[in-house]
Parts: sequence; C-alpha cells; structure tokens
Amino acid sequence: MAIDWFTVGAQILNFLILVWLLKRFLYQPILEAIDAREKRIADALKSADTIQRTAQQAHDEFAQKNAEFDMEKQTLLQQAKAAADTERASLIAAAREQADALSVTLQQTLAREQHAIHIALQNLASDEVFAIARNVLTDLAGVSLEQCITETFIAKLDTIDGDNKRDFINAMSGDKQHIRVYSAFELEPTQKTALSVAINTLFSADVQLQFETAAGVVSGITLKNNGQQISWSIDEYLATLKNSVHKLLRAREDKSVAGQVAKTAIAP
Amino acid sequence: MRLSPDEIIFWQYGFVKLNATIVFTWALMLVLVISAFWITRKLSAGITPDSAVQESKPRSRWHNLLEIIVTSLEKQIQDVGLTHPRPYLGFLGTLFLFVAAASISTIIPGYEPPTGSLSTTVALALCVFIAVPLFGILNQGLGSYLVSYAQPSVIMLPFNIISEVSRTLALAVRLFGNMMSGAMIIAILLAITPFIFPVVMTLLGLLTGMVQAYIFFILAAVYIAAATRSREVPTQAAMPKKAVK
Repeated sequence: MAIDWFTVGAQILNFLILVWLLKRFLYQPILEAIDAREKRIADALKSADTIQRTAQQAHDEFAQKNAEFDMEKQTLLQQAKAAADTERASLIAAAREQADALSVTLQQTLAREQHAIHIALQNLASDEVFAIARNVLTDLAGVSLEQCITETFIAKLDTIDGDNKRDFINAMSGDKQHIRVYSAFELEPTQKTALSVAINTLFSADVQLQFETAAGVVSGITLKNNGQQISWSIDEYLATLKNSVHKLLRAREDKSVAGQVAKTAIAP
Repeated sequence: MRLSPDEIIFWQYGFVKLNATIVFTWALMLVLVISAFWITRKLSAGITPDSAVQESKPRSRWHNLLEIIVTSLEKQIQDVGLTHPRPYLGFLGTLFLFVAAASISTIIPGYEPPTGSLSTTVALALCVFIAVPLFGILNQGLGSYLVSYAQPSVIMLPFNIISEVSRTLALAVRLFGNMMSGAMIIAILLAITPFIFPVVMTLLGLLTGMVQAYIFFILAAVYIAAATRSREVPTQAAMPKKAVK
C-alpha cells in the first residue's frame, strides 16, 4: 500500500490534462450554449417587452384616436342635427308662410270671384227686373196710358225750373221749327194739340212741333231741340231706380270687401 | 491480496511503469473526453428542448444531461460560497466527474477504480493542496494570502499550516479508504458468497462512491472558498447572473 510517486506524478499530469480537455470539450461549450440561450431568452424577452410596449402604445394611440373620433362624430352629429332642425324649422316656416299666402290669395280670389258672381247676379237680377217691368209697361201701354203720359208730361212742363227753361229757350231761339216730340206711340191729335198749347204757353212762342214715334221711349214723351231735351217717361224712372239700386249694391260691395281685407289682415 | 491497482503492472522500464491505475485512468479520461466531445460537437442554443420551431435543431437528451450536471456543479460551488463559480468549475467539476466516473465504472467486471489507489488519491489531494493557495493567491494576491495564515493571530500560523497539510492528507486517505474498502469488500464477498450479496454490495459501493465524489468535490470547494473568501464579498453588482436571478 505504498505510495508510488511515479504514479502520483502521472496521475497529477493525467488529472491536469483531463481538466484541460474537459474545459475544452465540456464546460466551455456547455456554458457557452447556456449563455447563448440565456442571451437569446433575454433578447426574446426584451423584444417581447418592446413589442408589447409598442403594441400597448399603438393600442393606447388607437383608443385615444377612437375616443377622439367618437367625440368628433358626436359633435358632427349634433351639429348636423341642429342644422337639420334649423333647416326643418325654416322650411316649415317658409312652407307655412307660403301656404298662408296661398290660402289668403285663394280666399281673396274666391271672395273676389264670389263677389263678382254676386255682383253679376245682382246686376242680372236688376236688369231682368227692369226689363220685365219695361216689358210689362210696354205691354200695358195703350191710349189711356198715352193720355195719362201726355197729361203728366204737360204737368212736368209746368213745373220745369227757370234754368232749364232758359237753356231750352236759348237753344230753341235759333230754330223753332225743328223741335221734335218723340213718343212710343202715335199721339192722338188732341194730345198733340194739348202738347202744342202747353209748350207754346211755356215758352211763350209759336212753336211748330214735329211728332215722331221712337221705339226706345218707354211710356213717355221726349222733347228735343239742338241737343237740349225735356222728357218724361217711365223708362226714366226705371233708369233712376236702377241707378239707385246699383249705387246701393256698390256701397254694400265696398263694405263687404273692406270687411274681408280686415279679416285677412287679422288672420295669422 | 491486492490492495491497490498500482500493483498490477503492465509494462515497466526503470522507475517508469504502466500500471492498472494509469491505464484505467486513461480509459476513464478517454471515455469522459470522447463522450463530452461527442455530445457537445453540435450544441443547440434552443430555448426549449424540442424547440424545433425557434431553432434549427432541438437539444439532445445527452446535451440536457450535461447541462444538468454542469449547472448543478456550478450551483453547488456557488452555494459553498464562491459567488463566481466559473473560474473554479474546470478544476472542481473535473474532480467530481473523475471520482464519480471512477466509482460508477466499478460495475464493469474486471475494472479497477483508479481512486482505489493511494497514489491517485494522493495525486488528487496534492492537486487540491496546490490549487487552494493558487486560487487564493490569484484571488487575493500573494501577500494578502500569506497574511491570512497568520489570522486571527500569528500564534495560529503553525496550526494553519498543519491544518493545510493534514486536510490534504485526510482528503487523500478518506477517498482511498472508502474506494479501496468498497473494492475489497466486494472482492471478499465474491469469494465468500457469490451471486446476490455482492450485487447488493456493489450497489452500495456505487452509492458510497458517489457520496465520496461529492465529499471530495465539496471539501475541495470549501477549501478554495476559505482561501478566497476575504475577497469574495457577494454584492449585488458583482454577483453572476444566475446568483442574481
């Protein structure tokens, strides 16, 4: 069991060689592999961290942009809604104004048309009434009526006032032979004589009358000379009545139009 | 009865001789180096063992085994107190691997463990004996290391020197005794009760051999750590990555 110092030396040498060989072929490659792996893991972790940070940053940026976009969208929507409401209100107001204007125009047109029809009807009615009256008087005209008319005309001559009388005398002074007497029917000689007497008395002159019949004279007598005339006839009465009636209707028409205009002005 | 493989001499020329201790040591060296070379010739830095996706090739199981062994040794050295284990890994790791391989190989019939030779254990103990002050001087500087022998007082100088020598002797004798006794017991039992009982004792011998390898490795690490401790103050900045993690 003695120690063999050669073996001891050889074993020391062997051991040192083994240390070098294992360092060269075992520890160094293994440790390098471990270090490389650790470095790779660290790099991967760092890269992952960077990627995660970038992703988080991108996510945050996206979220912020999304929020801004939502806010902008809401603002634009509100603005658009407000603009639409305003536009709608203005359009409705304009349409209402237009409708009101159209309505007023229509009402006025209708009222005007109604009034025109009313007036036309009134005129037609009055014309018809007077035509009927004229026809009736024409139909009823006869000798006795002509007599009465003559008498009435003579009575009117008596009541003629100074100015008319003077105008007629002045007109008659130049041509006393051309005083014409118009009547609806041929007058009786007695009536002609009575008329001549009455006229001569009135103008205090000897006047030659020319008696003529005229279809336009309704139950009356007309005395004409140089544009001056003195007449009495039922037609004249009818014309006076017609004028009065038309005046009355016109007054009522003006009153009703004024009332409608006032109503339109008050209406919203 | 042979007590040491030194007595089996294959060739001798003068005092130069080729005995079983040297031959089996060479055999172990060949096996260790060839295995290491074969496994580490195409290493992969893959993150996972089967990381075929991330890397060009996956790590082999032998590669994983070697990584486990190396990282375990590194961790053990670090636990002893050497916060930077890399410089000591070659020496201490080789001690462990050599003694462990010598012990495990006893299951091979006809094999004589080189560690069963007092010459081998003395050689290894001498290596430790030289390595401890060498690492201490490299770490602390010559003066500082020599001063450490006179700590805590000059009176302790002879005791420290005696301690240095005696522990080297203890290392050598402990390993030799255990390995030699294991081999002796198996040989005796084979002569008395063959078959089953020697198998059990062989298994026990394997366990004992592994324990001795670990003890030898740890004691050497402790001695080196003691020699370098005055400088090896673990700080957060100086600690290696593993220690930090």
